[in-house]
Amino acid sequence: MGYRLDFGWIPQYWPVLVSGIGVTIYLIAAGAAAGCLLGMVCAWTRALGPAWARPVVVAYVEMIRNTPFMVQLFFIFFGLPSLGLQMTELQAATLAMIVNLGAYSCEIIRAGIEATPRGQFEAGASLAMSRFQTFRYVVLVPALQRIWPALSSQIVIVMLGSAVVSQIAAEDLSYAANFIQSRNFRAFETYIVSTLIYLLLAILLRQVLAWVGRALFPKRRSAR
Amino acid sequence: MSLIRITEVRKRFGDNEVLKGITLDVEPGEVVAIIGKSGSGKSTLLRCINGLEAIDEGSIMVAGAQLLPGEAALKALRLKIGMIFQAFNLFPHLTAGRNVMLAQMVVKKTPEPEAEAMARRMLDRVGLAHKFDAHPDELSGGQQQRVAIARALAMEPMGLLCDEITSALDPELVNEVLAVVRELAADGMTLMMVTHEMRFARDVCSRVVFMHEGRVHEIGLPDMVFAKPSTPELKQFLGML
Ligand SMILES: Nc1ncnc2c1ncn2[C@@H]1O[C@H](COP(=O)(O)OP(=O)(O)OP(=O)(O)O)[C@@H](O)[C@H]1O
Ligand SMILES: [Mg+2]
Repeated sequence: MGYRLDFGWIPQYWPVLVSGIGVTIYLIAAGAAAGCLLGMVCAWTRALGPAWARPVVVAYVEMIRNTPFMVQLFFIFFGLPSLGLQMTELQAATLAMIVNLGAYSCEIIRAGIEATPRGQFEAGASLAMSRFQTFRYVVLVPALQRIWPALSSQIVIVMLGSAVVSQIAAEDLSYAANFIQSRNFRAFETYIVSTLIYLLLAILLRQVLAWVGRALFPKRRSAR
Repeated sequence: MSLIRITEVRKRFGDNEVLKGITLDVEPGEVVAIIGKSGSGKSTLLRCINGLEAIDEGSIMVAGAQLLPGEAALKALRLKIGMIFQAFNLFPHLTAGRNVMLAQMVVKKTPEPEAEAMARRMLDRVGLAHKFDAHPDELSGGQQQRVAIARALAMEPMGLLCDEITSALDPELVNEVLAVVRELAADGMTLMMVTHEMRFARDVCSRVVFMHEGRVHEIGLPDMVFAKPSTPELKQFLGML
């Protein structure tokens, strides 16, 4: 007795899939942009910032890197309201993505900053630039260029991890898939389709990140 | 009045006292060569003068600006004196022109068109007007070092500190950089340069400082220092013993 694949349900549920894809794309766009920005600020603080702020960043980074994303998500969505911080599912999911990527990208960007030759800081200083100006105009771009491949991979990992947000009923792609298979009872086909869409999104995201990298860093150049 | 006034400066790295009471005055327009064995403290002295290293004792004044900790004091001092490094230290992500423009715009808030005009003048002065749009990795070592000189000059310092600025260069590229320094000296720029180019020191410098074990061991006119060294250490350094 063979199992016969049936994809006849796709047209009917297409709008559900599309809206799920939209939410997943929104999550990764917002998460990546704000998360990397947060990571950059934290990386600066940890590598070059005021001494009192460093332990704060270390605590944040270690806490996020040593707990499951799902627990972080639950904490934000179910925990924070007890402190009076009410959020929609989508807001909580977005915040969780930002906070999570912020910690991982902090470590990656910090590695890029710390690989900067000392001469670059000294050249900036000798030209009377402040420590922050040297960071902003001299160190940052080559540091980001150095770690762009690692940062890109991390963004893709976080994008795939975003499937977990369906657990708080944020209506992303995996939520859509769960919803559809509970109606069409075609779990196998539904997850084949959603898996393929994730695969496609990941490939697309890598392309976009490579393109952004080429735009930000026109040529491969390294400090010597 | 002296442009650079170094008084009883001491500098320690842990237990290792590297500068053991240096006193030295440099007049405007002077070109001072600093020579000495490896480890005698030449680089450390230059780095102390513009605050890349903090001093433990003594004082350093550059054109009325005192070396003090704190970003504002350091900025005031560094605006008066530039530094050229052995490793060039150009900013790899910026073109030669942008390397020269950056600090003008960021530190002095010079508007972009004026910063660019200044950058073009300074690159022209070091013979690299045509390399304005080249990135550092497209330039030879000698060209990179000349861009670094232009970059320091664009801040209009009263003096330059040069730490073995030709030591990382292939022999055939040394002269193009020394020629630029020679012109700066002729134009009246105050220079303190650590160098192993003894002929250059002899030809161009107004005074030679021989450092030995963290002290100014001998100092004088090039002819005196090179022809009639008075201490055995300097004789040995010059290969005369
Ligand atoms: N950042 C540092 N930390 C600890 N010790 C240092 C540091 N910088 C320099 N020193 C020590 O200070 C001494 C003098 O070093 P310095 O670089 O000033 O010598 P130099 O005369 O420039 O030698 P060279 O001709 O090799 O460049 C050396 O013993 C060196 O090991
Ligand atoms: Mg040295």
